[in-house]
Amino acid sequence: MSVLVFTENWDGKFKKLSFELVSYASDLAGMLGTGVTAVSIGRVEQVELKKLAEYGASRIIDVRDEALTGLDNQAYTQVIADLAEKEKPSVLVISNNNTGKAIAPRLSVRLKAGLVSGIIGLPVSLNPFTVRKKVFSGKAIVRMEIKSPVKVLTLSQNSYELKKAEKETAIESDGAKLSPGSIKTLISKVEKQTGRIILTDADIVISGGRGMKSPANWGPLEELAGILDAALACSRPVSDEGWRPHEEHTGQTGKIIAPNLYMTFGISGAIQHLAGVSSSKFIVAVNTDKDAPIFEAADYGIVGDALKVLPELIREIKTIKTQ
Amino acid sequence: MKILVCISNVPDTTTKIRFTTDNNSIDTTGIQWIINPWDELALTRALQMKEDPAMSIESITVINVGSTGTEPTLRKALAIGADNAIRINAEPTDAYFTAGQIARVIQQKSFDIIICGIESSDHNGSSVGGMIAEFLEIPSVSAVSSLAVDQNKIRIHRDIDGGREELTVPVPFVAVVQKGIAKEPRIPAMRGIMMARQKPMEVMQPEDVPCMTNIAGYESIPAKTPCKMIDPGDVRQLVQLLQNEARVF
Repeated sequence: MSVLVFTENWDGKFKKLSFELVSYASDLAGMLGTGVTAVSIGRVEQVELKKLAEYGASRIIDVRDEALTGLDNQAYTQVIADLAEKEKPSVLVISNNNTGKAIAPRLSVRLKAGLVSGIIGLPVSLNPFTVRKKVFSGKAIVRMEIKSPVKVLTLSQNSYELKKAEKETAIESDGAKLSPGSIKTLISKVEKQTGRIILTDADIVISGGRGMKSPANWGPLEELAGILDAALACSRPVSDEGWRPHEEHTGQTGKIIAPNLYMTFGISGAIQHLAGVSSSKFIVAVNTDKDAPIFEAADYGIVGDALKVLPELIREIKTIKTQ
Repeated sequence: MKILVCISNVPDTTTKIRFTTDNNSIDTTGIQWIINPWDELALTRALQMKEDPAMSIESITVINVGSTGTEPTLRKALAIGADNAIRINAEPTDAYFTAGQIARVIQQKSFDIIICGIESSDHNGSSVGGMIAEFLEIPSVSAVSSLAVDQNKIRIHRDIDGGREELTVPVPFVAVVQKGIAKEPRIPAMRGIMMARQKPMEVMQPEDVPCMTNIAGYESIPAKTPCKMIDPGDVRQLVQLLQNEARVF
């Protein structure tokens, strides 16, 4: 009856969101009076796996199968569902990121387990099992009850504090027993650019709007993104004008993001834009118009010209980064 | 190949969300209903594919689980260019129920490419697409940013950390699509609106699929602390706040 948490890795390394998940699962297991079983799929070194124990994983299952190199939704579902049938967890915890959105719905059907995605905290009640999530693109919160004995939850990124809770942990390896032909999606080409961070998973996102005045002015935003390991984003007018690629557009009909920090430069913050970014934990706004709606959504604001503020900001951040 | 586009009927993005007095449901008075923006992009891409003879797309069907009130939204999808519409006559009480209903129709009518938007702008669940695929035990690909049929094979791009992947997948399958799949949603033209009236809208009765979740109630978003304004001449203060208060770096 444990809490089973799926911890994704990126080229063999965990990210902050993996530890957020384990912290969450650990506190949830505490409420349920049980332990946390972490499942890792793919090649991850023991020393990296042990980090999961620091946040409260009481067991770690290390699944390796050469066939599981790319994300095949069906194969990942199969592996986790097989483990769930063996371990009989009462709750499965997964990130609400790209991978989580790909596999959690499948697991829900496979295990006949009710799913609530994008939850923002621990259950407010265990009987009935009730969790909270944001709905209407951040305009309301709903309390959802899950009626099935087994539950699947996906945790909204950056919504749970990391908590150290060192546990004695055994790492068990588990060979996935995928039958031949179970990988249906064939990856024919991978295009990677070093330093390019996926927008939907980025911890920090730097975003430019029409207030940047010209595509030629993007240099400082790129520099800032480089210093902070951040992803670049933009508002819709910017991608419509062709100043930036459409992949960078955040907002309604754009990418939906929930970073730890969303820094906007020259974005007024129309409701359509905010619909895609309202789950960001902190928002910084730099805009010349003091009445722009972005300041209603922002935590920190500067009324000023982004082009003048940026060089100063880069200098100050460089100073603290080199300290 | 036959395409099915799943359509969610959602309140317009600019809608102010109000609850009924018991906070158990949304007050729908005065709400303008639209095609979920991401589903609209999915439909747009389906139309572009059909216009390319090399992709040999036979038809585009749109489907919605909803009461008669959602028919204008389906008519709009027909006006934009879908060939026919199916409405499953039931309240879409939860994702599991909704996906179960759609999966059953796919089983009966057989489609090759099933497209869902990455999420609906009401419940932001990102669930129905993956669930349909699991009900049918067919592949699903999510975070899809391009979709094409190339010499009878499906060619897809999806975003991954640090770049993108190109992949192929056998039909039938579910594509969960996001920004990039199409640039701009199409707006219905007068001719399309006229033609939509003649296009078939089939109403099907729901099957017995359980709900796994219940809405226990709504809450307003807690009031946010007002934005801390920083003097443009004192950028250092912003950096200090981000470092010491927000602790983001």
